[in-house]
Amino acid sequence: MTNLISALPIDIALGVIVYWLILGLAGLLLQNTRAITQLIFPAGALGALILAAAALGSLGGDTNVAVLPLGLPDLPFHLRMDSLSSFFLLLLGAASIGISLYSAGYFRDMPGKTLGLLCFEYHVFLAAMALVFLADDAYMFMVAWETMALSSYFLVTTDHNIPETRQAGFLYLLIAHVGAIAILMCFGVMQAGHGDYTFATMRGAQLNAFWASVTFLLALFGFGAKAGILPLHAWLPEAHPAAPSPVSAMMSGIMLKTAIYGILRVSFDLLGMQLWWWGAIALTLGLVTALFGVLFAAVQTDMKRLLAYSSIENIGVILAGIGLAIIFHSFHKDALAALALTAALYHALNHAFMKGLLFLGTGSVLHATGERNLGKLGGLIHRMPKLALLVLVGTLALAGLPPLNGFVSEWLLLQAFLLSPGLPHSYLNMLIPIAAAALALAAALAGYVMVKFYGVIFLGQPREAKVVEQAHDIDAWERAGLIWLALGCILLGVFPVFFILHIDFVAQLLVGHTLGISAAQTGWMWLTPIQPERASYSPLVLFVIITIGVLFTLVVVKKFYHGRLRRGPAWDCGFPEQTARMQDTAEGFGQPIRQIFEPFLGATRTVPSPFDKNPHYHGESHDRLWNLLYLPIARVTEKLSAMAGKLQHGRIHVYLLYSFVTLLALLAFIR
Amino acid sequence: MNGILLQLFQDTLVVVIAPLLLGWVNQCRAWLQNRSGAGVLQPYRNLIKLFHKDAVLAHNASPLFRFTPYILFASMWLAAALVPVVATDLPLSPAVDVIALVGIFALARVFISLAAMDIGTSFGTLGARREMLVGFLAEPALLMIFFTAAAISQSTSLVTIVETLAHKQFVIHPSLAFAAIAFVMVLLAENARIPVDNPSTHLELTMIHEAMILEYSARHLAMVEWASMLKLLAYTTIGFALFMPWGIAEAGNWSALPVALIALFLKLAVAGAGLALLETLSAKMRIFRVPEFMGTAFLLAVLGLLVHFLHGN
Repeated sequence: MTNLISALPIDIALGVIVYWLILGLAGLLLQNTRAITQLIFPAGALGALILAAAALGSLGGDTNVAVLPLGLPDLPFHLRMDSLSSFFLLLLGAASIGISLYSAGYFRDMPGKTLGLLCFEYHVFLAAMALVFLADDAYMFMVAWETMALSSYFLVTTDHNIPETRQAGFLYLLIAHVGAIAILMCFGVMQAGHGDYTFATMRGAQLNAFWASVTFLLALFGFGAKAGILPLHAWLPEAHPAAPSPVSAMMSGIMLKTAIYGILRVSFDLLGMQLWWWGAIALTLGLVTALFGVLFAAVQTDMKRLLAYSSIENIGVILAGIGLAIIFHSFHKDALAALALTAALYHALNHAFMKGLLFLGTGSVLHATGERNLGKLGGLIHRMPKLALLVLVGTLALAGLPPLNGFVSEWLLLQAFLLSPGLPHSYLNMLIPIAAAALALAAALAGYVMVKFYGVIFLGQPREAKVVEQAHDIDAWERAGLIWLALGCILLGVFPVFFILHIDFVAQLLVGHTLGISAAQTGWMWLTPIQPERASYSPLVLFVIITIGVLFTLVVVKKFYHGRLRRGPAWDCGFPEQTARMQDTAEGFGQPIRQIFEPFLGATRTVPSPFDKNPHYHGESHDRLWNLLYLPIARVTEKLSAMAGKLQHGRIHVYLLYSFVTLLALLAFIR
Repeated sequence: MNGILLQLFQDTLVVVIAPLLLGWVNQCRAWLQNRSGAGVLQPYRNLIKLFHKDAVLAHNASPLFRFTPYILFASMWLAAALVPVVATDLPLSPAVDVIALVGIFALARVFISLAAMDIGTSFGTLGARREMLVGFLAEPALLMIFFTAAAISQSTSLVTIVETLAHKQFVIHPSLAFAAIAFVMVLLAENARIPVDNPSTHLELTMIHEAMILEYSARHLAMVEWASMLKLLAYTTIGFALFMPWGIAEAGNWSALPVALIALFLKLAVAGAGLALLETLSAKMRIFRVPEFMGTAFLLAVLGLLVHFLHGN
């Protein structure tokens, strides 16, 4: 036991990775549903708990290094665990505890053979993500990155007999690899001709402004493809809904953050310099992504697609925070950079909990009703009250409402915007208020989306009685997983200072400044990013006062009110022939957004004629970028490959001729 | 200790005078429309009446529906209690700055919208949808208005904003003019007043707020109504704090308190009459014009902030 405690955090992390791989193999060999769900997934959650604890313990501690004698000869894998790695490992561990616990209940009906494979891929996915955070050379990073992409591809295509799922998986794999090429090139630029691909060399390489900018843009593109940043988002709303819900939760909650980690690692750590316009690009791109994501989320009718678009929004918000941090850092306003960076990191952590919770919640709804279409659900709060309560926590958190966690990161980010006047650049001074307005708009629209999400699924009357009637509430494992994540949302919301003191180590590492000084002055209850008189927020006080207010009102009303209450039919302005079909559907609820933002959404509708005996309404919102960007690229690629195809005759003498001509050309070139 | 006393005094004051403000607005409207009106005390009578009635709940009302009125009341009460109404010496105010205040309004809005969707009637969901439609533009607009004031006073704490604007040197801020117009528009929209919504009808095609609370009755309805009165008071006093902060007593200055109280009542009387006048002069607009109206408010607010960022430094 003492041995375990004295072990370095990086050894514990490696141990957990090996443990996960063993668990995955065991699942693959066992192929027994009961054993996998009752033993292996909870054991995986235990591993995640150990990882989270080790990462939490090592935040602010010494940087650990390890060398794995694996890989190519003379090219061992380098591993390193600094505060940035620890923070993301903590995110991975903490969120996957809930997801693994939930999986133990969720997969109880899956046949053993499929589940064995899924369990293997699931744990390889977890291990690969942990390795991404630990990698300290480009080889290790790319191997882990690709393992992560492939294992998640196989997880997405679990239901591979559905054509749409295969399509979604293909699209995901394609964009993931376009991104991977950019990341590879980014590392290629950063090694600066040394031929040594360890991150330590890259830190030492002094790139000039041009090559540093090329690196940053390649990293933004490459990691942006994984994060779903516009315009590389197209895979996200396809792949996340196609996967089983715990996998969606992992991809959305954790995997997208590997891309955030990559952007931070490259732009703050590996590159020794930062230019302000990188930040302006990241900020603009992030806000465009956020607005795009939330608008599309508002018009979705599939609950998992809705959440996937909401993930695009949140990634956009995180990127905007990073962009702001880069701007401040490049102007040497390190206190503000620390504030913006803390907001971005805190939002990343929050999003892992909120989105994990909601994706798992949709999993339970899907399990209970077999329906993903919002238009057929409704009234589940009566059938699944426990689930409804837990999902309500996630809904309010994602809507960015105090005193839950989504609001804290939003608050920090808005403070960063507000404190920014006085940048030595007039265009930036113009950009920042507009950016703040865009962020506020995105946050308000998120509230719209969340009311739609929760209201249509859980409230009202069942839209299709037979779909909802058979619904059963969640089992104990599912409940445990959801409670863990919901608790995370509440604690992150009510005790932000405690967590921010840990994030401070990351801010100290990346921008050389922290927020913690002021927190230490005013106590852990008060969140005061710069000075108490400039801004302060105490979610605990807020929470306590609202609770007291509610209880006080309840008691007073109970004391003075006679308490007579009866049940009756709904009044609805005296209209007696009320049916469930008269409520808003998801389409109806999103209609104002579709109407207002029609130019951006590319909506098409077919409205039936009033004389139609069997009327059928159809409305769809297209992603315009799909037609404007993706299809032309696909067409050009096809044309190019057709042209290349002309070279291919299948005749050996033609190929020999090619080789001969090439040889001649090379000789002429080298001479 | 004095601060806590003052906080308790203000908590009681806002709950008690919130119906009075609504009664005054309604009375002014009646006078402007050449009616004699029901008197300024009518909202109190309505609340008492509602508390005497038997509550009727729809068959499929969930616990969320029953619980919402209390959350609504508590959060609006908190909002009204946080605004420096008579003095700036409020111990609660560091806990909730202007961004958190916007968050509390959003919390109330989300809960009432969810409750409106709970019974599953056509009007309920219609009201919820429209409320969120108004809200998603009003919320960022309000935030931008606060940002303008916060940028001027270098603080997001409402108390500091008031102290800066009321007691420090007097400077005319052009950005605040944009913010003030935007604020009036947001106030009208958020409190379901004409031209965005009409609080006094159940005209089915145009209602927003009333559509959401159709299924509430008796004590639940009373809590909801009282909460909206508190909301109106909170918004009005926020307007005073930002744009007419005169007369609000400084921290520790107890002798200024009676003057501050008189100033408050005077300002409320003027603002209420002004609100009634605005409502009488304008016509209810079609629901599809509302996004344009709110969009204008939002743009004005952003413009105010932009003016400050470009001009103020």
